[in-house]
Amino acid sequence: MQKVVIIDYGSGNLRSAAKAFERMNSELGLKYTIEVSSQTETVMSADRVVLPGVGSFPDCYVGVNKQEGLLEALNEIVIEKARPFLGICVGMQLMASKGYENGETSGFDWIEGDVIAIKRSDDQVKIPHMGWNELDITETNHLVLENLCNIGQKPHVYFVHSFHMVPKKSDHILAVTEYGQRVTAIVGKDNMIGTQFHPEKSQKTGLQLIANFLQWSP
Amino acid sequence: MLKIRIIPCLDVKEGRVVKGVNFIGLRDAGDPVEQAKIYDLAGADELCFLDITASSDNREIIYDVVRRTAEACFMPLTVGGGVRNINNIRSLLLAGADKVSINTAAVKEPNFVKVASQKFGSQCIVVAIDAKSVLEGKWEVFTHGGRKKTGIDAIKWAQRMEEYGAGEILLTSMDRDGTRAGFDVNLTRAISDNVSIPIIASGGVGNLDHLVEGVSKGHASAVLAASIFHFGEYSISEAKAHMHHAGIPVRLEN
Repeated sequence: MQKVVIIDYGSGNLRSAAKAFERMNSELGLKYTIEVSSQTETVMSADRVVLPGVGSFPDCYVGVNKQEGLLEALNEIVIEKARPFLGICVGMQLMASKGYENGETSGFDWIEGDVIAIKRSDDQVKIPHMGWNELDITETNHLVLENLCNIGQKPHVYFVHSFHMVPKKSDHILAVTEYGQRVTAIVGKDNMIGTQFHPEKSQKTGLQLIANFLQWSP
Repeated sequence: MLKIRIIPCLDVKEGRVVKGVNFIGLRDAGDPVEQAKIYDLAGADELCFLDITASSDNREIIYDVVRRTAEACFMPLTVGGGVRNINNIRSLLLAGADKVSINTAAVKEPNFVKVASQKFGSQCIVVAIDAKSVLEGKWEVFTHGGRKKTGIDAIKWAQRMEEYGAGEILLTSMDRDGTRAGFDVNLTRAISDNVSIPIIASGGVGNLDHLVEGVSKGHASAVLAASIFHFGEYSISEAKAHMHHAGIPVRLEN
C-alpha cells in the first residue's frame, strides 16, 4: 500500500495536518495510508513526504538533526528517489540554504536561497504576519496549484510567520503574497513544493492544495 | 492584502458552550464541536475556545473537546482558560489547538510566557489581557474574570508580553464585556499602537458596527465576539459583508 509520511520531529501538533490528509485521501477515494513518524525506515519507505514545522528555524533544524539518520533519509528519499515532497511553514523554510532567525543556521539547501525576516516597513505592519492573505500565483501551470479558487478570484490562505524564504532563482517562487512587501508564499523545484502558509488550516483552499499534492506526479 | 480576522469565541464549561453577561448568568448554547463545525463551514477565520471550567481536575474534558474539534475543522483554533503550565500547553497543542492563550498565569509568573514562547514558538502563544479603565487614558490589568486587581498598567504589560515572546494579544475590556455597548476602542487603540504584534479586540460587541469600530478606531487586527454569533443574531457572512461595505478588508470566499 502506498504511503504518505508526515515527519514528526517534535515540532508541535501534527494531528491537524494528518487529519487534513486523511480527509482528502478518503474524499478522493485514494488508498494511501497516512503515517506520522520520525523513524528513518518509515521515511525511507514513503511514497510522498510531508514536512511540517512550527517554531523557529534553528529549533526545527536541530529537531530534524536530533533524529538519528533523518536528514540523510530525507535527502535520499526527496533528492535521490525524487518522491513528491511538501514542506509546510518552517518545513518549507528548511528547504533553503540558510536561515537567519536568531543567527545563521544552515538549511537542507534544496532550493538555493535564504530565510530572512519580513521587513517592518511601517507601524501598520504587525509582525508576525498572522491571518488570511491572498495568493498571487506566479506559476500558473503547476499541477499542485490547480483549482485553488474560482476563476477571477484570488485564493486566501492562513499564514503565521515572521520570516520568509527568498530563493536565489525567481523561477523557484510559485506564489507570493503582499504584506508591506512581496512575501514568498509557495516555492517549488522538480518534485518539491513548499508552502509558507498552513494548507491544513486554510479551509477549502488548503484542502484542495492537499488533494492536488496527493495526486501529483512530478 | 492581509485580511482582518473575525473570530467567534465559545465559552466552554465542563464541555458545553455557555456565554453570559459579565460572566454571571450563564446560558447554554450547545455542543462545542457542532458549533465549531458550523463556524468552519460559515467561513470563520479562526475559532476561540475559552475554557471556564472552574476545577482544574476537569482539564481532560477540554482536551477531548479540542481533540474532537480539531478533527472536524480545518481552521486555526485558539484555546484559553486555565492554562497554568508547560504541560497544559503541550496537552492542548497535542490535542489539536494551534494557539493557547495565557492570562492569570502570565500575571503570576511573567517568565512563563518567555519559557512557553521559546519552547513552542511565539506563533502559538497568545497573551490574554483583561483590562479595566482606571483613569482617563489609563487601564489596569485584572485577573480571575475581572475580579482581581493587579495594579499593572495595561499598556506597559502588553509591551512587556511582546518582549517576552507573545505572538498576539487577546485584549478584553472588562468594562464592556457582556454589555453589548461596543469595544472600548480607546483601550484597543492604545494597546495596538504601542506594540508591534497583532491585537484581537474583545468584549462588548452588540452589533456589526461595533466590529467595524474595533478595526477602524481601535486598530485591531482581529475582532472576537461570542453571543452575537452563536445565538444566531448575525451570521459570519453578514458580519463580513458589513465590514466589507465599511471598507474593512475581509476574506469573503471560504
